[in-house]
Amino acid sequence: MRSRLNALFDALLPVLATLAALGVGAVMLLILKVNPIEAYAALWDGAFGSSNAFAETLVKATPLLLVALGICISFRGDVINIGGEGQMIIGAILATWVGLTFTGLPGWLVVTISLVAGFLGGAIWGGIPGVLKAYFSVNEILSTVMMNAIAVQLMNFLLRGPMIDPSQAELASKIPQTARLLDAFRLPRLAPTRLHLGALIAVILAIAVYILLWRTTLGYRIRAVGQNPNASRYAGIKVQRYMVLALLLSGAFAGLAGATQVFGVNYRMITDGSSSGFTGSAGFNGIVAALFGQLHPLWSIPASILFGALLVGANKMQRVVQVPSALVIALNGLVVVFVVSSEILRKRRQRRRLADARQEDETPPPTESGESQIKQAETGA
Amino acid sequence: MTESTKLPSGKPRIETIEMRGITKRFPGVIANDKADFDIHAGEVHALLGENGAGKSTLMKILYGMYRPDEGEILLNGKPVTIASPNDSINLGIGMIHQHFMLVPTLTVAENVALGLPSSRGALTDLDRVSKRIVELASIYGLKIDPSAYVWQLSVGQQQRVEIIKALYRGAALLILDEPTAVLTPQEVDELFVIMRQMVKDGHALIFISHKLHEVVEISNRITVLRDGRRIGTRLTSETTKQDLANWMVGREIGFAPDRGKVEIGEARLKLEKVECGSDRGTPGLRGVSIEVRSGEILGIAGVSGNGQRELAEAITGLRKVTTGRVFLEGKDITNFAPGDITELNLSYIPEERMRDGMIKDFTIAENMILREHHKMPYSRMGFLNLSDISKHADELIAKFHVKTPSRETHAKNLSGGNIQKVVLAREISRNPRAIIAAQPTRGLDIGATEYVREQLLIERRKGVAVMLISEDLDEILALSDRIAVLYEGQVMDIVPRSEATPERLGLLMAGVHPEVSS
Repeated sequence: MRSRLNALFDALLPVLATLAALGVGAVMLLILKVNPIEAYAALWDGAFGSSNAFAETLVKATPLLLVALGICISFRGDVINIGGEGQMIIGAILATWVGLTFTGLPGWLVVTISLVAGFLGGAIWGGIPGVLKAYFSVNEILSTVMMNAIAVQLMNFLLRGPMIDPSQAELASKIPQTARLLDAFRLPRLAPTRLHLGALIAVILAIAVYILLWRTTLGYRIRAVGQNPNASRYAGIKVQRYMVLALLLSGAFAGLAGATQVFGVNYRMITDGSSSGFTGSAGFNGIVAALFGQLHPLWSIPASILFGALLVGANKMQRVVQVPSALVIALNGLVVVFVVSSEILRKRRQRRRLADARQEDETPPPTESGESQIKQAETGA
Repeated sequence: MTESTKLPSGKPRIETIEMRGITKRFPGVIANDKADFDIHAGEVHALLGENGAGKSTLMKILYGMYRPDEGEILLNGKPVTIASPNDSINLGIGMIHQHFMLVPTLTVAENVALGLPSSRGALTDLDRVSKRIVELASIYGLKIDPSAYVWQLSVGQQQRVEIIKALYRGAALLILDEPTAVLTPQEVDELFVIMRQMVKDGHALIFISHKLHEVVEISNRITVLRDGRRIGTRLTSETTKQDLANWMVGREIGFAPDRGKVEIGEARLKLEKVECGSDRGTPGLRGVSIEVRSGEILGIAGVSGNGQRELAEAITGLRKVTTGRVFLEGKDITNFAPGDITELNLSYIPEERMRDGMIKDFTIAENMILREHHKMPYSRMGFLNLSDISKHADELIAKFHVKTPSRETHAKNLSGGNIQKVVLAREISRNPRAIIAAQPTRGLDIGATEYVREQLLIERRKGVAVMLISEDLDEILALSDRIAVLYEGQVMDIVPRSEATPERLGLLMAGVHPEVSS
């Protein structure tokens, strides 16, 4: 009974953490002399109030989920991928190039090839730090962040030069953007809203990633390497190869996220000079969504929707109660901080229960490796 | 009491400590069930019991690391509350942990002073600490240099630092948790000399050990715990090893395992002048040439850190061999990838099972296929075949008597003995041609130890070549057909079973050739 209550508490912890964050947010709203109930009502209305609002939430959630799926893979493999932003950009660039180059081919074919190109672009951008980590011991957190910076500048260069919209190139304004994709190359809409096929692809891929991690030899190896590289070597697994693979796959999903943004939402690439201008920070927020979903691909679905809702709803809140946009960003940040902290609490509770239950004597407590992650191999979800 | 109530260290004695009706519950487990224990000044009281019997919990309660749910502790007849190790240290209770709590990069004096307020405020008072260490060392006959760095010290010396540390903090009662597990026979003798001196001076010592002959040798009284309860307390002089063993496990124990007659066959595993490095960058193995034949157990004896780990890893492909060759059934496998060596049916029971042999957050079923996860029937076209994996796990759990709630239980939730059974099940069920078993019974209780040894003997009877690397001389002597002694990465000698005695092996382990020394 007690253990079931504990499990329930653990499962609800992210939700409680979100509520706590909104509670702190309410205090900030009060300081700004805004009625928090009114503000949160606007937030809810903006995210879920109409079919259009909900569709917007799902549109925002789609890249989050795709990035989160990649994060599930890499974090399970004990490689920390902070390079989602850069991987999204490179994926989008490759996909856009395909879409703008092969204009003579049928739409479905170009879309398919473009998405694959996005996947590959992200894979390359994730694979490079993977190789650096596995074979040259370069810290992947550093290298993936650096790769973000390179990707942004590459995007800025390409969109101002080689890939610039020819019509813009003739104008004095020279807005850094590519030409628009042909209408035939757009991802089909799922409803009379902006919701596009990418959302469905992401959900299907979530199931695929679940199968990959727990039903395939590849997933077994990635998890084994993530949990215990020593034992993996002993098991005959080529540890370095699977480290690279984990980061490469992680990047690939982010690359796909970038491609779906172009083909499903914007129909072109445009840059304001920063990475978030294109990605909306999905490369970072996807990490939070994955952690929120306990690094489980299926739980990442509701987690991504929640963060999508926060993003969309916060916009509405900003308009309705007239709070500065900084507050909206702070609110997002609060949720992240609370959720990540609650994760630490959950792990501590788990460890205490484990220590209590451990039969005494002999075995020295197993050393905690890779503290920063959730290592829960739910096999039968 | 007419004699002085002060110890030579100047601290007051603890005349008696009594633990009465101690009960400690953990979720789902009763670690101590109305357990009683008492000790008085001037005795070594041994605490015996299998793993999970409640010894450690009881001692952690005495040391203030756990609070009991029920029961009381009386110091010199008066009830006391011990809420933290700080309390127990203030009362004069010290504990020597199995795994030393020393900082290797600090000196002996710095380690002793660590965590204590300095007599000079913000400045260190290491000179005073050093002086006091020398004082204590001379009183108790502990040779120790306060300015030596801990990493320079042998395991036995480090243990002495731990003892000094406890004495420095005024310990009148010392709890020694398996202090002999890491020592050579000679070092054990030295420790016993120190222990006898301390007891004579009025200290009280609690000695926890699995090794019956040591318990019988050093203790005045023995208390046996089983399932959290005290089975009984006896004067050592009034008991036998056989009685104690039966008490511990609650049934008859066969002491000398049945070895049977086995035809010794061809050399299955052969090392020719193998050299390799160690993790510290020093030479790990220096020209090791040995062979293990079909149907024999070759024991590898030696004090920890003399090349045992390197030997096992060099053979299994986990460590690069710099010169020399390794052959498995005539095939040169030198520096093959670990997976390729596994394919040739070499099994390996690693020394650190949780570090190298298991994935603690994987289920039992997943751990059972660690070595074969990529092969039929567990993997088909890249997909895991869950039904066959489950079937395999269930079969092995039943066959090897692994105590687990289910095959889906995570490995980290099993006890040490059961974890080793999983490793053993996995390695033996592969029908190996040769087995490397490194410290296969370390940390296991008598029941599990007996089981593991029996399994190794069964494999030997099947004609498997077994290399048994162990720091437990009793184990080496009980199981091996021949015994090779490793010292500083070299094979000192290979002794046939009939000629092996603890004394001869002990000298070889210390790097002395008996022929040369006599």
